[in-house]
Amino acid sequence: MEYFAKRIIPCLDVKDGRVVKGVNFVGLRDAGDPVEAAIRYNEEGADELTFLDITASHEGRKPIVDIVKEVAKEVFIPLTVGGGISELSDIYDLLNVGCDKVSINSAAVKNPDFINKSSKRFGSQCIVVAIDVKKIAPNKWHVFIKGGREDTGLDAIEWAKEVVDRGAGEILLTSMDTDGTKAGFDIEITEIISKLVHVPVIASGGAGKMEHFKEVFEHSADAALAASIFHFKEIDIMDLKQYLHKNNISVRIN
Amino acid sequence: MKIGIVDYNMGNLASVNNAFKKIGTEAEIVNDADKLKNYDKLVFPGVGAFGDAMEHLRETNLDEAMKEFVKSGKYVIGVCLGMQLLFESSEEFGKHKGLGIIEGNVVKFDKNKMQGHKIPHMGWNKMFVKNDALFEGVNDPYLYFVHSYHVVCDKKYIIGKTIYEYEFVSAVNKDNVYGFQPHPEKSHNAGLKILENFVKL
Repeated sequence: MEYFAKRIIPCLDVKDGRVVKGVNFVGLRDAGDPVEAAIRYNEEGADELTFLDITASHEGRKPIVDIVKEVAKEVFIPLTVGGGISELSDIYDLLNVGCDKVSINSAAVKNPDFINKSSKRFGSQCIVVAIDVKKIAPNKWHVFIKGGREDTGLDAIEWAKEVVDRGAGEILLTSMDTDGTKAGFDIEITEIISKLVHVPVIASGGAGKMEHFKEVFEHSADAALAASIFHFKEIDIMDLKQYLHKNNISVRIN
Repeated sequence: MKIGIVDYNMGNLASVNNAFKKIGTEAEIVNDADKLKNYDKLVFPGVGAFGDAMEHLRETNLDEAMKEFVKSGKYVIGVCLGMQLLFESSEEFGKHKGLGIIEGNVVKFDKNKMQGHKIPHMGWNKMFVKNDALFEGVNDPYLYFVHSYHVVCDKKYIIGKTIYEYEFVSAVNKDNVYGFQPHPEKSHNAGLKILENFVKL
């Protein structure tokens, strides 16, 4: 019997203080107030919440400290924030209001030493490195940044190893190929990276049905993240957990 | 009833404070060793490195103030790193002396025994609990853990155990002192209930 739960993580993509969800990172539609959405997910049994300020990085804005501060007063599960984090003071400001982990993406690529510095200062447990990948050839994935706008030329597998060596405590792996398709997570690259590194890997991009979660958990993902299917109530989190439990996947049902 | 949340520069206390607000209990963050005695109960939280934490506790005299508070018979709960610091020593980045309030040591998860389980132990795991006032109305809950080290101590102190590849000590009690490895302030309703029970002790 396994008593350690696979995590279900709704993601709130936030733009200008509102929750939005794009298809392949473009064509956003408004979907609500982030604090209300967070409270709803908390009540519905989410294991953790991730906020991504999706426009922060390329517009050079600072993270959504005020939203997190309000959410942390009502929501007592781990909170992760990503988007626009490039300085130690950004991390400090977020942790100070009740955020538990920060997700670093572009800043990690531009300045890999930032992973070392931030994990040394705040502990690996709160440094998540987000890696957006796209398959560019058979068995070959590249790392993309700026919401999928820019190919860094970095090999995704090598980069995953490097970020863990530098102190990342978790990897949030988003496949640009499956994101927004609802055709299932990218099992191939998720399994390769999850088996390679000793830190948890969160699979992201492509969830459309309950079966997709079962599939990705059976292929080594430690957690699975999705946005629109939870946000538009296409899948109820508790129903999903009951389904996974029936299929012998350990989940938290209190 | 006034709860003091001890701040020794090791991480985010806002969530702990928010959790007490949510359950309707007055709580304050306190970093002044002379003021600990003004509180009815203390929460001793923290994340980060054991050695750095002890150094900071010594520099601020919070180490002695904590020991005095415990001697007074009032209740204390150490959470996560705060639990580990209650013990005699830790092997985190070399050997470090702890507060020595409870006999026992802190060791790293045994990587050789891990088959597919990752370190840090991060996520929701079940705690098998003993009959204790802290767990009133809470039945073997799933709780949120984030740690790479765990406590080893005499079984007479153990009130909670968790299985992560192997069984380890996840909650302890010695007289008026509790230690709790997961984060109640991040463990949803079960965690809030445990904090409520602590307030009622």
